[in-house]
Amino acid sequence: KEAEMDGTQQVSLQVAASFKAFLMKSSSKSNLNLYDHLSRLLMRVIEERPHDVVDVMEDLSHDVKLRLYEDTQSSLQDLQQTTAAEELAEQQKVLFVRPEDAPEHEFELESALPNVSEIAYFLEQAGVGLGREEMQRVFLALKQLVSSYTMQRCRLWGKILGIERSYIIAEAEFAEGEEEDEEGPEEVADEEAREVDAKEKMDPLPQSTYKAPPVVPKEAKGTGANKFVYFVCNEAGLPWTKLPSVTPAQITVARQIRKFFTGRLDAPIVSYPPFPGNEANYLRAQIARISAGTQISPQGFYQAIEEEGAEEEGSSEDGIEENPEYEGVPVGELVDSLSSWVHHTQHILQQGRCTWVNLAVKTEDESNEEEAEEIEEDPDEPEPEVGPPLLTPLSQDAEIFETVPWSSSLSSTLTSQHAIAIMRSNCWPGACAYAYAKKFENIYVGWGLKYPGDGYSPLLPPPPQSEYPSAPEITEDVDPTVEEEQALQDALDEKQAAEEAEEGDSDEEQDEDDD
Amino acid sequence: MDANSLSYSLELVAGSGCILNTEQRAALQTSLIILKKNYKFNRVLFWGKILGLKEHYFIAQGRRDDELKDTQHFYSFNCIDWFLIPTTTTEMIEDVSKTAKGRFEGDPSFVYESRQAERLDPSVEESTTKVTEETRLAVTVHHINEDASVVPRGAFINSTHGVVQINRSFGGLSNTQAGKLENFLHFAQPKNLKKKSLLEMADLNPALDFLDPLSEDIPKGSWSLQFESANKVCVIRSLLWLGLTFYHVPMTPLHGFIYIGYGTKNLDLPFML
Repeated sequence: KEAEMDGTQQVSLQVAASFKAFLMKSSSKSNLNLYDHLSRLLMRVIEERPHDVVDVMEDLSHDVKLRLYEDTQSSLQDLQQTTAAEELAEQQKVLFVRPEDAPEHEFELESALPNVSEIAYFLEQAGVGLGREEMQRVFLALKQLVSSYTMQRCRLWGKILGIERSYIIAEAEFAEGEEEDEEGPEEVADEEAREVDAKEKMDPLPQSTYKAPPVVPKEAKGTGANKFVYFVCNEAGLPWTKLPSVTPAQITVARQIRKFFTGRLDAPIVSYPPFPGNEANYLRAQIARISAGTQISPQGFYQAIEEEGAEEEGSSEDGIEENPEYEGVPVGELVDSLSSWVHHTQHILQQGRCTWVNLAVKTEDESNEEEAEEIEEDPDEPEPEVGPPLLTPLSQDAEIFETVPWSSSLSSTLTSQHAIAIMRSNCWPGACAYAYAKKFENIYVGWGLKYPGDGYSPLLPPPPQSEYPSAPEITEDVDPTVEEEQALQDALDEKQAAEEAEEGDSDEEQDEDDD
Repeated sequence: MDANSLSYSLELVAGSGCILNTEQRAALQTSLIILKKNYKFNRVLFWGKILGLKEHYFIAQGRRDDELKDTQHFYSFNCIDWFLIPTTTTEMIEDVSKTAKGRFEGDPSFVYESRQAERLDPSVEESTTKVTEETRLAVTVHHINEDASVVPRGAFINSTHGVVQINRSFGGLSNTQAGKLENFLHFAQPKNLKKKSLLEMADLNPALDFLDPLSEDIPKGSWSLQFESANKVCVIRSLLWLGLTFYHVPMTPLHGFIYIGYGTKNLDLPFML
């Protein structure tokens, strides 16, 4: 019996050995064998003990094979490549370095930099912001900006999202005369254009009779839409770029187009009507429009400066200052009534300026100089456009597309006694303001586009100019048909016959000749 | 975004400008757990917020076994009391497309009306369609899910039984992969996949590539892909539904999306690119 047992054992051992040999047969492609693979796989399961291992067995098996491959490659090392994240980190590191020459404690009372962490705290209550860490980085970047220029005031204006990158925008106010002018290049470009014109006069082409409407002059720095200077950067830590000041033409066109920002300041704006400038100008124009529409403060925070000479409304441009006796409006009142908030940025008129300028007068002057041209339609003095004055309450804002212009809310419904008042603009989605006690702040985070209502309809191109005056000599008639010709012929014949009859018998001979 | 990693995820999408304040976050952490228990969900996601004129709708999504089809949505005003959003039907979609215009009011019982005189047949009297804002909300959420919900490739598996489940061995896209739109898929029933030729299908893995990739959307450029938060997070924003932000941290399985916006589709997109 024992011998029999031995026999079967031997047979089964043999079978097992042959099966093992089969398992250990290495693949002709990968030079791996199943035996080693399974043992590695089981070793890994034993080591890692994953949860529900049977479900992920396939992936584990795949992973084991991949690792094997990686191990054999270990003698070759990856080429070190600096990623964008690393580069950015290097640049942002500068933000966190304290300059060595800085005094131990800075207790300067007058600083252009606002109390940023407090603003970040309130903005978070209001439900807007860029995230805590990002906000901190942005504020450090603001500090860098303040230290590199001498400016009176500087604050975070907001962020405009773009397709490729986004813009972080800072608003700065310079003291008068401290800002250098950079008006040079534009005029040079004009002169170049004139030179080209002169060359063309050698062989004159037909002149266009089109006369461009007079250009509305740009507002001086520090007034109107150019009251503040704006700096942008794509990421906190990257250098700040100063935006050019805005022209009325840019504002007018920006009102008619609807484009996303790309995130590159030098990108061209392809649109109809054509936008005068590149994306930097478009960005600046949108900033001006958003500021004019959405910068609000609780009533009483600012007061009009009472000057002796300023009777006219137009002349009191910057006529507001902080009210030293401002006590703060209760939060409940701020939420309940729109009239407790006022605009503190000037409204931009249809003309694209904050203060209206009479263009008719100017064109007359020019034409006198040039002599040749005379203005035929002597302009009746045009109605000056008047916008709402500064510090107009929000309750007078117009409704757009049957939507109330502002939505107000409290930051907390549970602890409303300590909540802050929040205003969101429905006209410019993304614009937000908060107020609490004596403090308030405006911020904009969005795509930089106005609420479109039912949809945007692009401006149609003007009708084509007529080539020549329409008159009977140059209009083409329809060719007469055979019947019409026949009819005409008959009519003529009849007429002739009648005439002949009238003339009587005397001409009979002639008749015969005619026939 | 998954309710369990809500605070961290919200930080990652904060670049779009909308964040939740501490009170709302805390309330969500509490109420979403209760929601999950009451409806026996496998997991609960914070879907987003639709901004109304008076109130804002907070929206949550519950998912059961099938991550794609077995979902329900809820809305709330205070982040605590959740109300079920009805399932959408084609009729509802049609009615809403006729009537609803402009911004959400912030009141679910608000009624949108539209009168349509039949132009061709004057004998038929004016027909009025009435739609409540709750219906509109349901349809809007449905549309956003169809058009703009995004997952990275490989994050979900279509099992042999046809059930869509989380891929547990998904380790995240690499940095290079995350920079390409082909590697992000619409998390909705595929529309273009069946129209593909055999040659195009050859490279696809049926367990992973059962959804439409974003790169095939029309018009081209309806997505904006960026790296944010010091270039660590891959953020994709939909330009069709302004307010939808997707995030994915490369080399980690962390991903999700949130919609915070006005609930209106950007129909002007072709003009704006």
